[in-house]
Amino acid sequence: MNEKVKILAIGRNKEILETVVRLINANDAWEGKGAITDKEAVQAFDHEVFDLILLCNGISSESEENLRAYFLAHRPATKIIQHYGGGSGLLTAEIYEALAV
Amino acid sequence: MSKTILHKANQRGHANHGWLNSFHTFSFGGYYNPQAMNFGVLRVLNDDTVSGGMGFGRHPHDNMEIISIPLDGDLEHQDSMGNTAIIRKGDIQAMSAGTGIYHSEKNAHENQQVKFLQIWIYPNQKNVEPRYDQLTLNLNDRHNRLQQVLSPNKDDEGIWIYQNAWFHMGKFDKGVATNYTIKGGKNNGVYAFVLNGDISINQQQLNTRDGFGIWGVDELNITADSDAEFLLMEVPMIF
Repeated sequence: MNEKVKILAIGRNKEILETVVRLINANDAWEGKGAITDKEAVQAFDHEVFDLILLCNGISSESEENLRAYFLAHRPATKIIQHYGGGSGLLTAEIYEALAV
Repeated sequence: MSKTILHKANQRGHANHGWLNSFHTFSFGGYYNPQAMNFGVLRVLNDDTVSGGMGFGRHPHDNMEIISIPLDGDLEHQDSMGNTAIIRKGDIQAMSAGTGIYHSEKNAHENQQVKFLQIWIYPNQKNVEPRYDQLTLNLNDRHNRLQQVLSPNKDDEGIWIYQNAWFHMGKFDKGVATNYTIKGGKNNGVYAFVLNGDISINQQQLNTRDGFGIWGVDELNITADSDAEFLLMEVPMIF
């Protein structure tokens, strides 16, 4: 059995983040985790290797810059994308697109 | 040099959920086509039919400009900002999802379908304060001329969104022709969607529910080959 694609979603709105993580986990091939704060995100990143990081809503430019710098400094091959829409509409296509690169 | 892309009506993605029959011009939900992801900042063009009494329950959005245009029937809107409204044919609704919004859109009637276009545009600003707006348009203002229904400007005709985009609608009698001049500069293109009838844009013939994108031009020449209704969406191609 193939290992699941591990995805870390980071977003400030708890309800929306939970929705995104639930939608990720609805796909048998994917395993999603959520982080609301930058600290939680860094802790999760340090704890396990993610194939993809989704930057969701409410992340300031400064936080985004810091998070991208940290992730890429520690694992340069990490794929990081912006997730738009906050729900089911675009999520699947965004993940497929990112994993195809 | 002009570039074009044609999406014939029967080449669109299709999802029939029973209560919802939806045609997707671009990848959406379970429909994924790497060749049909977006046209510039235009990311979603869904042609939806919702059965009587049914609808989209409460669900979230963020960082997206979401425009709904009812084509037939009435939609009942509710959102987490406390807005409750009915949008009808001739109205246009826009939501800036920004930092996050929950909403529901339901068929306002038990015994008739509602048909509407659901359009998503990538915003030019992330994490804005969520906002909702709707506007009733005068349908006579699009008879044999282009009616502006959306722009980036609060004080301009139609509704406004956080993007350098302009939408126009037309209901033309057979034989009527007009020109459309690009408003947003050379980085903008136009995606045309035919609601019904046949039109030609710069010699490209289009039929009901066809979509046609064109960029790298300053002006479009539009002719109604039959009585026809259509929507023009001018959007940035680079973002």
